[in-house]
Amino acid sequence: MEYQNIFTRTQVRTHPEPGVPMLTRTISERQGKGFFLYWLGKFGCAQIGPIYLGTTGVASIVCFFIAFEIIGLNMWASVNWDPIQFIRQGPWLALEPPSPAYGLHIPPLNEGGWWLITGFFLTASILLWWVRTYRRARAVGLGMHVSWAFAAAIWLYLVLGFFRPLAMGAWGEAVPFGIFPHLDWTAALSLRYGNLFYNPFHMLSIAFLYGSALLFAMHGATILAVGRYGGEREIEQITDRGTASERAALFWRWTMGFNATMESVHRWAWWFAMLVPITGGIGILLTGTVVDNWYLWAVKHHVAPAYPITPVVDPATLPGAPQ
Amino acid sequence: MNSCPLAKGLRALGLALLALAALSGCERPPVHFTQWGFRGTGMADVQNPRLFPARLEANAVPEPQAPADAGGPKAAETFKNVKVLGDLSAGQFTRVMLAITSWVAPQQGCLYCHDAKGFELDTLYTKVVARRMLQMTRHLNSDWKDHVQATGVTCYTCHRGQPVPSYVWYKDLGPHTAPGSLGNRFGQNAPSPAVGMTSLPFDPFTTYLDQDADIRMASTTALPAGNRKSIKQTEWTYALMMHFSKSLGVNCTYCHNTRAFANWSQSTPQRVTAWYGIRMVRDLNNHYLTPLTDVFPDGRKGATGDVAKVFCATCHQGAYKPLFGTSMVKDYPELQGPSPEPAAAAPAADAVKEPSASNTLPIVAPGPSRMAAN
Repeated sequence: MEYQNIFTRTQVRTHPEPGVPMLTRTISERQGKGFFLYWLGKFGCAQIGPIYLGTTGVASIVCFFIAFEIIGLNMWASVNWDPIQFIRQGPWLALEPPSPAYGLHIPPLNEGGWWLITGFFLTASILLWWVRTYRRARAVGLGMHVSWAFAAAIWLYLVLGFFRPLAMGAWGEAVPFGIFPHLDWTAALSLRYGNLFYNPFHMLSIAFLYGSALLFAMHGATILAVGRYGGEREIEQITDRGTASERAALFWRWTMGFNATMESVHRWAWWFAMLVPITGGIGILLTGTVVDNWYLWAVKHHVAPAYPITPVVDPATLPGAPQ
Repeated sequence: MNSCPLAKGLRALGLALLALAALSGCERPPVHFTQWGFRGTGMADVQNPRLFPARLEANAVPEPQAPADAGGPKAAETFKNVKVLGDLSAGQFTRVMLAITSWVAPQQGCLYCHDAKGFELDTLYTKVVARRMLQMTRHLNSDWKDHVQATGVTCYTCHRGQPVPSYVWYKDLGPHTAPGSLGNRFGQNAPSPAVGMTSLPFDPFTTYLDQDADIRMASTTALPAGNRKSIKQTEWTYALMMHFSKSLGVNCTYCHNTRAFANWSQSTPQRVTAWYGIRMVRDLNNHYLTPLTDVFPDGRKGATGDVAKVFCATCHQGAYKPLFGTSMVKDYPELQGPSPEPAAAAPAADAVKEPSASNTLPIVAPGPSRMAAN
């Protein structure tokens, strides 16, 4: 039964699919003939390749490797080249940005200089990969949706590591490269700026993030549920009675009185996902530059509810207090 | 289409193991919640009732010695070289000495501090330190009531039967990093029990409890008005607060309404007590412990040659009030006594030195304060 559905875990073996002829390039630019991996087929498509790296792809990989190496070698040096401690302390290790005292100047290598170099190469790598997604989409005749979605994520990355430090006048405001350290940085950012949960753009970002997860779950579940009626043939089924598409629409109208269409659900999902980093980036960019304490900002604008105040007084304000 | 039962079983087992691994850092419910602030703010004191008996037992207080006769000759007349407790009767003095022995050196006995050739001799460094600690205890109990209240402290509050209290700190330069211009840890990013195993700065104590750097980070105005405190600095404050939390066995909401950490009018009275505690600890480190640098032998000093210093954990040892609030000093009023002049009684007070912070000093990992604060 399962082989009759395009949505299937059945793996078909034939010659690897070479891909459609491209609009602006020839197939011969793709390297390799492709091959199959059974276990990859359990997860996604079993076919690997042919692949096209091109100039931007190769440059991006080289830049990423340089950044990755600088981070890794600094982490390893921080445990005195001990391979066991490198693994054990791995999640704690980091490459830190310079002290804020350096402002936007270039510090010595071990005082944050490595961080600047890494930031340059990692950013170059990401931007080159973005160019690659744009050009590959063009070459195969697609819309630019993936590129713009990736650009939204890059916006947040650049706000955190480049635009905001620039606006604050110190590289030291940026995020360290490290697993726990970047999480501690995130908590410290919120503590310094009076609780980021009162930042309305942070609120929007969270709403879109959770909304994305909800839409993803609803859509994924709907399509899997109607797979037995050929739900993957979305558009051609729309006008026919009793199809997967109609059943899916009916299900949602029954359960919540309203249904997305096979087209609009993708537009919803795309915008929700895009708006997570777009709104989040705006919120971060305003933090410290335009607003210095989000809690007090929320009190000022009647966002934060008032609770009964405690009789506690700042002891530093009392006469004769030790300092 | 269907995978075999064995594969399904293996998958279920794998998932169960993953779930167990993810939960391994947690304590099982139920836990005991006490509302600790206005409803809806999430301010709650959380205690695990299954762990509490062990904590109570670890903080049990020894029986006080029977009271001694206040009459008769004074200690200063009976014994030689009595500089602090000379006003007591000889009986009271002996009682305090016996108590100190049982609190600080129960295994080693009198000779841990006293020279067998003559108990009045100041030949052992431990005796010089002990005398200064007596003065410190009196200073604490009489001048820092804002922190210790009427409960007060005795030697036992910190020592708990150990010559060196279990929880002390030394200046920590961190684990040894490779020579050359790679691998700067910036004073953080090493798993340290002193700051709750976070990657936060592992020695906030030198900065805040020896020096007096400003702990406050958040602005008091909604819009920027000249506060240049950085996110990196905030990590240092955060690290100090992790130590508070770990030392007292409480979470942030014991003192703060976490929606506005900085705001005093939403904080609990405990935050005021803690504020005085910070000043108290700085006072003790700067005026009682660091001046003893030349008295202590090298073996008792940290990697940078500094003496053991106090922080919250030294007394609290995991309890929100040391010894869960049991007052021992009520049975030893002589430890509450008048505060002596610190300068006059301080040995080597003129020899106060800042321990050098040179990065070239050889450090063994893990550093002594991380061990001590374990």
